[in-house]
Amino acid sequence: MEMILYILSWIAIITGSVFCVIGAMGLIRLPDVYCRMHAAGIIDTVGVGLIFLGLAFQAGWTLVLAKLAMILVFILFTSPTSCHALCRAAAYSGVHPMHGEQAPDGANVIDGEEDASLKT
Amino acid sequence: MVHTLALTAGLALLWLLLSGYFLTLILALGITSIVLVVWIAHRMDVVDHESHPIHMAAKGLIYFPWLMWEIVKANIDVALAIIKGKNAIAPKTMRVTASQRSDVGLVTYANSITLTPGTVTVYVDGDMFLVHALTKGSADGLETGDMDKRVTALEGYVEHGKEGVG
Amino acid sequence: MSMFVAAAAAVLVSMLLALIRAVKGPTVYDRILALNTFGTLTVILIAVHGFLVGRPEFLDLALVYALINFIGTIAVTKYVGLKELDPGVDRHRGDI
Repeated sequence: MEMILYILSWIAIITGSVFCVIGAMGLIRLPDVYCRMHAAGIIDTVGVGLIFLGLAFQAGWTLVLAKLAMILVFILFTSPTSCHALCRAAAYSGVHPMHGEQAPDGANVIDGEEDASLKT
Repeated sequence: MVHTLALTAGLALLWLLLSGYFLTLILALGITSIVLVVWIAHRMDVVDHESHPIHMAAKGLIYFPWLMWEIVKANIDVALAIIKGKNAIAPKTMRVTASQRSDVGLVTYANSITLTPGTVTVYVDGDMFLVHALTKGSADGLETGDMDKRVTALEGYVEHGKEGVG
Repeated sequence: MSMFVAAAAAVLVSMLLALIRAVKGPTVYDRILALNTFGTLTVILIAVHGFLVGRPEFLDLALVYALINFIGTIAVTKYVGLKELDPGVDRHRGDI
């Protein structure tokens, strides 16, 4: 049983670390601030979640487990709030999402109407 | 009244989990803090079913595991898009209509959209959300409206005033 | 034990990448986003460090850091986005 928990926590922590690095790479590689928010979302959900899951396997049924769960739930509840606030502030101050001609296959079209609602 | 009890129980649980000591002095300090917080919350008139959506608790047990699974799937999608680079992403903004009727439901839906990587709620106007999607898969996934239906089922709309304050 | 070292190393690399974005970032929102991510990674690093040295009390610090990180991000966003902390009577812009 101990061995299984040990292996599970190895898997969870390594996967979480990989997702953290991928999210941080996305922070560097993606083209504009709205896209980079998705990369930050990876770290805030699966990065934190898997690493804390691995730590929880190590902690066993103690108060430490409760604290880990508390931090995780807190981050899961607040990260979308701060992300939305940031997105909204960027939209208000006139940072435009990446436009159609820069997108690879023309999939991204922002027409005048939607632009207007961003500037409201 | 049931909301005050829920708030008190929640605060007591929080105190016990964070401290882990059962000395008389520390327990007394804890009880004092809880009474103070509940009293201030009452004075501020924020103890109602909007700040304590306990009517969602039972259905939440079904919704949140589903949301976690959605988040895992969306994460793999976005991570692959980041690794593949610029050719794999198709950022676009789109409009989504929410069918929830209470503020708590709308907040839950908007936060669920933002929490799922690949989609971020940029702007909320009534029941109209402006959503920025990173990949084609995430945009299509949102347009099926599956999440909208599940949040509406979760919210279990109650008329204002039917459930008494505190 | 070594898994904690591996996780800490990965988190430190991610923090370095986030810092690069914070220094480069063309708009101020890129920098705030990078700092928010940096804060989340710090929470992970504190927790992992607590397990690494065998003192899980560090989780209390991680919890407090998570609280401060959230409030700080909201405050800076509000200040930069609205040029003031209190939007006042300009109801049209709503609450950020």
